[in-house]
Amino acid sequence: MAELTTRTYFDHAATTPVHPAVLEAVTDVLKNSYGNPSSFYREGQTASHLLAEARATIARLIGASDASEIIFTASGSEADNHAIKGVCEAYAGKGRHLITSTVEHHAVLHTMQHMEKQGFEVTYLDVDRTGQVDPDAVRQAIRPDTILVSIMTANNEIGTINPIREIGAVCREKGVLFHTDAVQALGAIPFDASDLQVDLASFSAHKLYAPKGIGALYVRRGIRLGRLIDGGAQERNRRAGTENVAFAVGFAKALGLAVDHMEENRVRLTAMRDRLIEGLRSIPHTKLNGHPTKRLPNNVNVSFEFIEGESILLLLDAKGYMCSSGSACTSGSLDPSHVLLAIGMPHEVAHGSLRVTLGHGNTPADIERFLADVPAIIKRLRDISPLYADYAKGNIRNLISEASNDDTLLETSYAI
Amino acid sequence: MQYSEKVMDHFMNPRNVGEIDDASASGTVGNPRCGDIMKVDLKIVDNIIVDAKFKTFGCGSAIATSSMATEMIKGKHIDEALRLTNQAVASALDGLPPIKLHCSLLAEQAVKKALLEYYREHDLLTDENRPLFKVVDDDAHDHGEETID
Repeated sequence: MAELTTRTYFDHAATTPVHPAVLEAVTDVLKNSYGNPSSFYREGQTASHLLAEARATIARLIGASDASEIIFTASGSEADNHAIKGVCEAYAGKGRHLITSTVEHHAVLHTMQHMEKQGFEVTYLDVDRTGQVDPDAVRQAIRPDTILVSIMTANNEIGTINPIREIGAVCREKGVLFHTDAVQALGAIPFDASDLQVDLASFSAHKLYAPKGIGALYVRRGIRLGRLIDGGAQERNRRAGTENVAFAVGFAKALGLAVDHMEENRVRLTAMRDRLIEGLRSIPHTKLNGHPTKRLPNNVNVSFEFIEGESILLLLDAKGYMCSSGSACTSGSLDPSHVLLAIGMPHEVAHGSLRVTLGHGNTPADIERFLADVPAIIKRLRDISPLYADYAKGNIRNLISEASNDDTLLETSYAI
Repeated sequence: MQYSEKVMDHFMNPRNVGEIDDASASGTVGNPRCGDIMKVDLKIVDNIIVDAKFKTFGCGSAIATSSMATEMIKGKHIDEALRLTNQAVASALDGLPPIKLHCSLLAEQAVKKALLEYYREHDLLTDENRPLFKVVDDDAHDHGEETID
């Protein structure tokens, strides 16, 4: 197919392109420092030193008190798995109750389900209509046998930011360990593990312009943790396997850049985000999903009534836009996104969701071009939708208000 | 999701979109909760389908299979249209990803549901053709509401 359209990447929550400076740092290590950090001779020690530096940088930038609190992993998912399974293994003697929320990433939810099969009990806290967890609900759910609370810092689909500091305070007061999946938050909003009173936190480098294949788990000093991978004594005996020095260096470099430019990026992205939200909400029967203000600077998630998400993605793709959706067809199951359902969206509306996540390469001109293209795509799909035809004929009532900038859910299903 | 060029063609340029005001028969299947609904209108003259139109709420393959299914039955005798299968629709589109096969089933169901209405009204149901309508009953989504009586 002839590629004449400009390609615009609007899916930065899925992954990000590698920053040129990060690529250079990674390539430099791969070219010049191939040694195994565990080796005795000089080349090994050079690698070991680079790894230690990267670890210290990341520790400092996430508010750890010591570099030893950082365990490098292969992904954010591994960090989530390690945090939950590792705590369960080490603290099962104290209790077998875990607390999490219904909107967590599958790396947390499926790990929780795994622990249930191992005889642990899990409380899944509901979230409010914006996707936030109530710290009081955490307090009420904590029991004498609770060993871990795991609540994400910011949601990957709807961008909602949780009151992590308040939840951290509750957990600290109650003497329960607190883990947060900070994969989407790191580099986008300030994250300080000590300040937030977080005991464990998961990170992934490829969400902040570093390569895929490396993540990290912060584990506050003094916390015991079972191992996921047995073998050598790497990572202070907590994760076996020869360290990915080059990517660790790239991760540190990327995090440094993200933190250095956080404020300017936040201002730039928030302006584009809010312009995008405003423009999309002017389309009739469109609703913003998530929190209006306590959301990641780069996240837009809306539902268009009467149409289905994958169709929207295909038409956007044909116009050169790379976005994502929480529809069943894009999740590979029959149910739409568990996050959208958890914030009270009817299935009918969750199927028509669109997520746009902005990043470094996007400009205000991209946003205006997108806003100029989207209404025709929505109209085109509504014109072939029998639901829209039924609505137009007055056979069914709409679920989302027709008015611009009105997120009211009028009904929860199409009454016959 | 990898779609064939034919699927993309029928998705980007769907044939027979619309409604027929004086339709001889119509069939609607699917469920908004599941994310797909297909409505097929047929204009039948002397037992020949002279026109077929559809409206579909759904993903790319749902729209493409609606387009292809209506193309395949237009101009056909109703007895011939009744032999339409979802496999035939899928292969006419050069195949569908396995997870999308249920979309083609919805297309077959919508066509047959419309035909069922016509066969009933014109007293054409026989012991021979009755089994061919059974698919209208099958539930692609475990949200069954339609029954043949």
